[in-house]
Amino acid sequence: MQLAVELKGVSFSYPGGPEVLSGVDLEIRRGEFVTIAGPNGGGKTTLLRVALGLEEPTGGEARLFGEPADRVRDRYRIGYLAQRARLGIDAPASVNEVVAAGRVARRGLFKRFGRSDREAIADAVARVGLQENAATPIQRLSGGQQQRAFIAKALAGEPELLVLDEPTAGVDVDAQEAFGAFLGELHESLGVTILYVSHEFGAVERFVERVILVRGGIVFDGPPAELPAHWHDPSHVHP
Amino acid sequence: MFILDADFMRIAFATGAVVGVLAPAVGFFLVQRQMSLIGDGIGHAAFAGVAAGYLLDVSPVGAALVAATLAAVGVEWLRTRHRAAGDQALALIFYTGIAAGVVLISAAGALNANLFTFLFGSILTVTWSDFGLVAVLGAIGLGVIALLYRGLVAVALDEEGARVSGLPIGLLNVALAALAGVTVAVSMRIVGILLIAALMVLPVIAAGRIGTSIRSTMLLSMGIGLLSVAAGLTMSYYGNLAPGGAIVLLAAAFAVIAVAGAPLLNRAR
Repeated sequence: MQLAVELKGVSFSYPGGPEVLSGVDLEIRRGEFVTIAGPNGGGKTTLLRVALGLEEPTGGEARLFGEPADRVRDRYRIGYLAQRARLGIDAPASVNEVVAAGRVARRGLFKRFGRSDREAIADAVARVGLQENAATPIQRLSGGQQQRAFIAKALAGEPELLVLDEPTAGVDVDAQEAFGAFLGELHESLGVTILYVSHEFGAVERFVERVILVRGGIVFDGPPAELPAHWHDPSHVHP
Repeated sequence: MFILDADFMRIAFATGAVVGVLAPAVGFFLVQRQMSLIGDGIGHAAFAGVAAGYLLDVSPVGAALVAATLAAVGVEWLRTRHRAAGDQALALIFYTGIAAGVVLISAAGALNANLFTFLFGSILTVTWSDFGLVAVLGAIGLGVIALLYRGLVAVALDEEGARVSGLPIGLLNVALAALAGVTVAVSMRIVGILLIAALMVLPVIAAGRIGTSIRSTMLLSMGIGLLSVAAGLTMSYYGNLAPGGAIVLLAAAFAVIAVAGAPLLNRAR
């Protein structure tokens, strides 16, 4: 069994602060679609940062693709969509340019893009249905289209692990549902491991294989069907 | 007399062309990362470098190049190591630079008109050897930007995403800071230490209202920078004005026109 993410007895506290995570054991297999949920301040983003090697655990061990998480080579294997993804710049940026930025790490900083890179970028743009808008400044697109462009950016590096951190925060329920269905299709067609971190996980509940609830540690880890009724996301009702 | 008949104007235009293209190219990435004022801070450190050059009787431009680059990398170090917030790091470099400059200048007894050519720019004092240094450093600066372009764009768009995917953020940030230092040192003979930051920022603001992509915006900002320098030097020659002021006023005019005209432009699109 190949593991994408492995946490063994992980604990974490920020300098001078209380323990945010304690005794976390977690294994995520390659190809799984998993949501990490829990209340705000419960430690799910910290857990994600430790798993990705962005924070060093104060205890235990974090491994990514079988290597220590903070020393993983070829980090381009991770596609990352940050909380409420938005453009970090003020200047107009075309969809193609934004998506191409997600390819730089895989190609290498000093190497020019070749045909395979251009094809991967065009493929990522087409996969999210934005080929007609490839040259359009992303600022002129709707919120939903912008989100798809950011997904395409995360896909442009042909990742093995797609990480989405609170991707639908502040988005209305219908848009969240559409986004959840889109991720379900993506998981089915690409077979990529998806880690969906959100306190609102109702939109992906139908598609994920596991729900992991985090509140200082892991308080539930299992299929959505086994999730106690009072822990389901009440904003999404699926018959 | 035709403007290009004068040898000093040919040098000024040649040097200005490099400055007009390089400053907005570097400034583009600084503006996108909300570091627009870093050029000002580095300029003040460059002033200390000029003063040290006078005191030690070495090339003021060379000394300013060292001081500006060290200051820029220092701001980046303070910022990324969380030793100080971005604006505090800038304030530290800003005030230390100007204070050190004043102390060193007074110690060197160089509080004279020549100093003002560094502060506000001059078209009379630039030599072909200055141009040679500016051309070499400018070519290196533009070459580094071309080499790191995709990485700099990726970090500007999403620093956290770039970090997760393994791009060398520290190297890119230090390279950008060093580029800012070199740009300030290269540009100060024409635009002046006190106004160079404006040439790094104003053409980018103007181009941001006109461009439709990152690449077109960056190229437009370089074009506006070049135009501002060429027109500013011409005004300076015929009006006997300080070139730095004329160049920056024109760049500011372009920015105001672009900002005011942007809604019309967007409707036409």
